[in-house]
Amino acid sequence: MSTSQATGNTGSNTTISPGGLPSRRNTELAMLVFAVLIPVFAYANVGLAINGEMPAGMLGYGLGLGLMAGVAHLVVRRFAPYADPLMLPIATLLNGLGLVLIWRLDQSERLALRGDGIAAPNQLMWSALGIALFLAVLVFLKDHRILQRYTYISMVVALILLAAPAFFPASEANFGAKIWIRFGSFSIQPGEFAKIIITIFFAGYLMVKRDALALASRRFMGLYLPRGRDLGPILVVWAMSILILVFETDLGTSLLFFGMFVVMLYVATERTSWILFGLLMAAGGAAFVATFEAHVRGRIMAWLHPMDIFLPEDQRPEGLISDQAAQALFAFGSGGTLGSGLGQGHSDLIGFAAKSDFILATVGEELGLTGTMAILLLYGLLVERGIRTALAARDPFGKLLAIGLSSAFALQVFVVAGGVMGLIPLTGMTMPFMAQGGSSVITNWALVAILLRISDTARRPAPAPVPSPDAEMTQVVRP
Amino acid sequence: MSELTLTVMRLGFLAVLWLFVIVTVQVIRSDLFGTRVTQRTARRAEAQRPPQPRQAPQQAARGGRQRRGAPTKLVVTEGSLTGTTVALQGQTITLGRAHDSTIVLDDDYASSRHARIYPDRDGQWIVEDLGSTNGTYLDRTRLTTPTPIPPGAPIRIGKTVIELRK
Repeated sequence: MSTSQATGNTGSNTTISPGGLPSRRNTELAMLVFAVLIPVFAYANVGLAINGEMPAGMLGYGLGLGLMAGVAHLVVRRFAPYADPLMLPIATLLNGLGLVLIWRLDQSERLALRGDGIAAPNQLMWSALGIALFLAVLVFLKDHRILQRYTYISMVVALILLAAPAFFPASEANFGAKIWIRFGSFSIQPGEFAKIIITIFFAGYLMVKRDALALASRRFMGLYLPRGRDLGPILVVWAMSILILVFETDLGTSLLFFGMFVVMLYVATERTSWILFGLLMAAGGAAFVATFEAHVRGRIMAWLHPMDIFLPEDQRPEGLISDQAAQALFAFGSGGTLGSGLGQGHSDLIGFAAKSDFILATVGEELGLTGTMAILLLYGLLVERGIRTALAARDPFGKLLAIGLSSAFALQVFVVAGGVMGLIPLTGMTMPFMAQGGSSVITNWALVAILLRISDTARRPAPAPVPSPDAEMTQVVRP
Repeated sequence: MSELTLTVMRLGFLAVLWLFVIVTVQVIRSDLFGTRVTQRTARRAEAQRPPQPRQAPQQAARGGRQRRGAPTKLVVTEGSLTGTTVALQGQTITLGRAHDSTIVLDDDYASSRHARIYPDRDGQWIVEDLGSTNGTYLDRTRLTTPTPIPPGAPIRIGKTVIELRK
């Protein structure tokens, strides 16, 4: 009897485990200790391989990472006791491994000769700032539903952030894509922050409009075709991402925003036709822009013919200017199944952006296919926890917000990993948590904090309700 | 540093990394194999014991809440929140459009404080309409007083249907 009952239960669409609902904070603590020890091990490994001795700063860095993780854990225990137990450890591990890999590339003489400065201490500072923002979000955002009030404000803020870099003067450090704002020696990437803010807008907007988008449609050849006027929002977002592509020549950001919107539209309306429309529009838009934008065309050439860079100058296809893509492929190839070992690869041959966009190539060479799979699985697990949170959320806004944030994260990982491995054209985006880049690491910590807040609300046993006098008006059914 | 040490460290690091992944998956295995994996064995062990002496003391100890056959979760079966479940642990569950409801209904036909579901002293789950405009329906009948919920009976609020399940 018990067996049949159990199988019957797994068949239903259960979303959160019944009974008990342990807070699982101790699981989180154990995983967190594990997640701090692995980067320390990696750090020792790099030091031994490069200099033949334990690195001097090992105790300091290890304790620093451990301290940040410990404070984060205590705050989660205090302010979000029912939050998901895995997101914080996975984020800590990825951030720690990223720090080790950046430190390892700092040791490379080849990169130092190119003029790349030491990046690890800065990245550690950015990580600390990121964790500080993570703590601030958990402490001050008592309920994610508060964000719903700022639906249209966040649209305006996100548009300003997205448009800002286009109006700043281009500097030689822009590297083709205009996505930075510079203040002296200091630069930020506002598109990264816009990622979270625009998700809030999409979630609030789609929650209100989804019935119109889902129900008012004609059926044609097995597909639900939306009415012309309901295409409005998707056209606006599409136009926006095309404008980003044209004026900031940034394929990654444009792909991320449009993809995220299509995913959220699909989740909100359950209509497959939106995905089809989205894919067609994205492909059409990118192909259109590539016809006149040299930077985008160069990226596509580097994707289709990465090895042609080694041809003599006059036989190279037009627009191919860098051997990064080829070197990244060499790195993955020479890594093989088990990798060359930390600190023993030559991924520094990639040169420019080895520590940021191409950090995954270092993983591929020094940890091999085995390590790359593990890292990608960790990203996958983090996304899975986010989608799980969306399933468990009991309010539509929280569901859409969690789906939007995790799909933004997933799309970013896909766009970067796919670009570095040559699956899709390379776009200037950073691997979340691992790659060098302050804006990225700060944003992703905030993103994880919001997901933790939603999962805390979703798993928390319900409190007694307080009746409110200002009840909303309700529509009356007329017979 | 000797070649052997580095090889051992290289393979050891990969092993540790994968160990982390495997432990992580262990933590969420309830997602992958359903939610009853641990409880199933406990129940089987319980079933092997003679059933008679078990019931009375347990009921007394837990205030009668977790009696045999009592529903353990609330499942949304229709409406925009289809698939959402809430564990029943003796707490009151509120339904409505208000943002602080346990289940926030995104439904024009729901009031902001529409209904609540709570256990009485015997552990029987009761549904009560909180003066909503369009009413709460248990099966086909509109509720006027707090009513015990029979197992499997659908409760309809606007376009949303919920059920209590074991």
